[in-house]
Order: sequence, then C-alpha cells, then structure tokens
Amino acid sequence: MSASHSSSVERAPTLALGAPLSRAAFWLRSRLFATPVSAVVSLALLYLLLRWGWDFFGWAVLHAIWQVPHDAAGLPQTGVCRAAEGVGACWAVVAEKYRFILFGFYPYAQQWRPAICVLLFIGLYAASAQQRFWRRELALIWAVALVLIGALMWGGFAGLPLVADDQWGGLPITLILATFGLAGAFPLAVLAALGRRSRGMPAVRMLCVCYIELIRGVPLISLLFMASVMFPLFLPAGVDIDKLLRAQIAFVLFAGAYLAEVVRAGLQALPKGQSEAADALGLGYWQKTMLIVLPQALRQVIPMLVNTFIGFFKDTSLVLIIGIFDLTTTGRTAIDEPAWQGFGNEIYLLLAAIYFTFCFAMSRTSARLEHLFSRGQRR
Amino acid sequence: MSEPAILMEHVQKWFGQMHVLRDISLSVETGERVVVCGPSGSGKSTMIRCINRLEEHQKGRIVVDGTELTSDVRALDTIRREVGMVFQSFNLFPHLTILQNCTLAPIRVRRMPKREAEELAMEYLRRVKIPEQAAKYPGQLSGGQQQRVAIARALCMQPKIMLFDEPTSALDPEMIKEVLDTMIGLAETGMTMVCVTHEMGFARQVANRVVFMDRGEVVESGPPAEIFANPATDRLRLFLSQILRGH
Repeated sequence: MSASHSSSVERAPTLALGAPLSRAAFWLRSRLFATPVSAVVSLALLYLLLRWGWDFFGWAVLHAIWQVPHDAAGLPQTGVCRAAEGVGACWAVVAEKYRFILFGFYPYAQQWRPAICVLLFIGLYAASAQQRFWRRELALIWAVALVLIGALMWGGFAGLPLVADDQWGGLPITLILATFGLAGAFPLAVLAALGRRSRGMPAVRMLCVCYIELIRGVPLISLLFMASVMFPLFLPAGVDIDKLLRAQIAFVLFAGAYLAEVVRAGLQALPKGQSEAADALGLGYWQKTMLIVLPQALRQVIPMLVNTFIGFFKDTSLVLIIGIFDLTTTGRTAIDEPAWQGFGNEIYLLLAAIYFTFCFAMSRTSARLEHLFSRGQRR
Repeated sequence: MSEPAILMEHVQKWFGQMHVLRDISLSVETGERVVVCGPSGSGKSTMIRCINRLEEHQKGRIVVDGTELTSDVRALDTIRREVGMVFQSFNLFPHLTILQNCTLAPIRVRRMPKREAEELAMEYLRRVKIPEQAAKYPGQLSGGQQQRVAIARALCMQPKIMLFDEPTSALDPEMIKEVLDTMIGLAETGMTMVCVTHEMGFARQVANRVVFMDRGEVVESGPPAEIFANPATDRLRLFLSQILRGH
C-alpha cells in the first residue's frame, strides 16, 4: 500500500503537496468540488448517502435483534422481532436458520461433511485463480478434490452414514451445480464452437448449429422441467437417472450453448493469418487449435466468458422449480415456518451477500487475468 | 538435371466467378531464386499460397519436392514440413515469446527435443541478428524485427524451400532494408526461394529469374537483367514504369 502511495507521488509531482491530508484535500477539490454544479451534485449525493447509510446502519446494527428466547419446548419466541419489525433487523432468524440455509436437509449431525466440501470448493477456486498454481498437477488436484467431495457428500464408507443426494441442499448444491455445470459446459462449448466453424464437415456443423440454437432458444426453466419430468418418461421402466444428475446435465447443455457462442466470438476475432501461419509450419488441426487458436481466442473473450459464468452461477437457483434444495430454495424454505414468516428481508440479504461474494470474486479474477494476459502482448 | 523443387502445370483457380489463376505453368529448380512481381490483383499471392495449399487449386498439377499436392492430408503434411513461408503481416504468435515462436513447430511437428530446438532457434535468431530479443513477445518488437523473427521461425523447420509473400510490404521504409538484407543472406546459402515482392533492387541482386504476372497469367519470365532492360510486352513495360515512378 505504502509502496503504491510513494510511486504515485513520483509519477505525479503536481499532486505531491506533502502531507497525506492536503493530498486528500486536493483530490476532493479537484474531483468533487471543481465547479459549483459539481459541488452541488456532490453535496446532494453525500447527503443521500449519509442519510440512507445511517438509516440502514440503524436498522441493520443499532436496533437489530440478534437473538430470541426459546420456550420450554425449545421453540423460538419471535415476539421481540415482530415488535421491532420495520425498525430493526431480526438477525435472530439467521442465527437460528443458518445451518438449514447452508446445508438444507442434510442430517444435522453430519453437516460437517458438506461444510468441508464447501471449503474444498473455495480452496479449489482460490488455487485456480493463482497463476503460480497453473501446472499440470492442478488438474489432478481438481480431479482428486471432486472425487473427495462426492465421497464426502454421499458417504457410505469408513463409518460415514450414506446420505442420498435428495437430502443434499443449500450452498453445496449451488456450488456442485455451478462447478460441475461449468466444468462440463466449457469443453462442450469449445467443441460446439469449433464444430460450428468447421467448413470441412457439414454434418458436424449442422449438429452444432442445431444444438446451440435449440438450447439457446428455450428458457432454462423449461429445460430443467423437461429434464426432471419429461425425460424419465422416455426411460425404460426400472431405469432411473438421479434427479440431481438430470438437472446437472440440463445445466451443462444450457451453459454449453451460451458459452459456445462466446467462444465462437473469440474464434472469429482471431486474425486469419494466425491459423495460416500455423498451417504453413505444418501443425496439425488439433495442435493448431490447442496451441495457437484457442489460447488467443479465449483470452480475447475472458470478460464475456466470466459474464456468462456469473449469470450461470446465479441461474442455478432455478432448480427451485424441480424441488432441488439449492441455496435460494433453502433460504425460502427457512422462512416457511410460521414462527419466522415475514423475515424475508434478512434471509434474502444473507443470500445476496453469499451470491455476491462468489460473483465478485469471479469478476475480480477476470480482471486480474485480463491484466495478466495483456502484459507484453500489445499489437 | 534432377526433378524441379516446385512444378506447376496448367494450374487454374477460381474465387467464385473470378478466374484468379489462368493456366499457370512454372517450374523452380532446387537452389533457384524466383521473384514474382505484378500489379495488385494479378494473382501472384494466390499462386504462391497454392504451393503450400493455403489456397487450393482447382485444376492442373502442383508437385513440390517430388510430392504432388492433393487432398491427401499425408502429402500435405510432408510438403508443409519442407516448405517455409513468410507472410506480409508477419503472423507471429502474439501469446508466445520469440523463442517459443521459433521452437513450437520443431518440437511439435519434427518431435525435436526442447533443448535441441532452443539451440537451433538461437542459432537462427543470431543469423537474423536478434538473439537478444528471444525472451520478448512479438508485440514488443518493431515490424522489421518481427519479420526477421518470422524468417527465423520458418527456417527453424529447416525447410528445403522458402516462400515469401510480400515480406516487406507492411514495413516502414527504414525497416525494409534489414529484412531484405536477411533475405539476401539467406539466398547466399543456396536456399530455394520464391518471393512475391515489388523490390526490384532485390530482384536484380538475388533473383535467377523474374516472373511477371498480370490478371492471373504468367506474362513474361526471364533473368532480371534481360526482363527489366527489354520488357517484351506492353503490360510489363507499363508495370515497370509505374513501379519506377513510385520509387
């Protein structure tokens, strides 16, 4: 922090007015109060910001109820919260329900297992965002971690009770759907995008166009609905594919179609000369694609890819309609209980905060990658 | 004399309705240096790009280094391994360093060990006089430097034939010389070269033969001294006058 401070002083000597306070004053004057109009706008916005900020602070902190008493039967007495409605937040609902929101109907005593899985996911994301971990081993670590996550969630070995996946819920479901969904969708998208552009194989091309256009032209909800209700009708009696797996496949197909168009945009933006140079050097189609075309094409479209990732991460909440308990569904269900009805604000703020954390992390990572890849590669 | 390095017989090509190559017959001997010139749109780039099948010809026969170009992928691989190409717009791979640009094909196509490929690449980078740029990315180099890297990259495949498609047309005037000097140096090693270029000085200095194309046909060909001194056709006379006026 201090290093960047001093370097900015060196770069901009006109701003170096000595003490940090006067630098701040200079910044304020030049950015916020440069003209009478901007001063008025700045003051008005400042007033609104302070007022709303203070109101929110009062609601969320000063007048908030953090805990509620329980009666003899152990039922929460939410009278205090009801009394404070509109004045103070009732965070007691979060304190009471966070385990259910995070892990759904997973057996209470076993919830350390999905908790570890969530930490594993977060660890994987964090490691994958670091350039120094980009080695072949990372793929292996991913594979091992994903198998471990599956094993932990299901159990049924080493004394861990078996937990069928219709009992899973909450954050692990959201992360599983999003991670496996994107991990499956991305290669599919690359293949579909390449296929759509292949001139030599009209059949492959038609297949890819049909896949992309059909899936893109259908709402995700109807796709999930088909996966959950219609698809089993076509299976022979006795054969049953798990509901979660069906939803997962629907997600892979859906995200794949959208990502395919993003990847295609990247492929199209690549100058033809790159491909020709690779051809002239004697590289084969897959060598050319993997070493020359895709690395450049994908870098071009990082912002769009991450945009799709973020949208897709939040779309996992649509599994609500087929009765899978993802994070949004558990949140909604938590306030179905009569005692807690009406405390949606608090719960939805919590959900928003969780979604935001993941999406913001993706967004920052995207910005970092863009910066990293643009180094030394101006043209 | 042994069989020619490149043999084109009655080659024809159309882009849709447009007849871009009309009955081109041309043979280039091993070690020969041929300069192809002609007004823009004359089909000279298309012709040279047919030699390694960046463009497909539709009629006629092209035999390169004893292998006929057909839709057979094997034959194409063999030919592309033996034919290096330098493009007008360099086409270096911007996401790879200069060294990686040069070692990519030897490692992946020739299956050369990495160490050996890097030594080879450094040797050619020294020959084009930019070994000190090996760790940089193409975007950090000037146009002339990039084009010299592109020449080194093609040479790293140790091709028997080098094709140049207007290698100096995208360069600022002060950089043309460094690229031409590199090409002259290459010509002195006895490399078989086909160059599409408007650099008549270069043609005079290194070419065994100049081929003049116009409207998809070979109009005239011969040693540079003869062809420039006594153009036999009006079309070449007109072209030369325009080129010279431009200089």
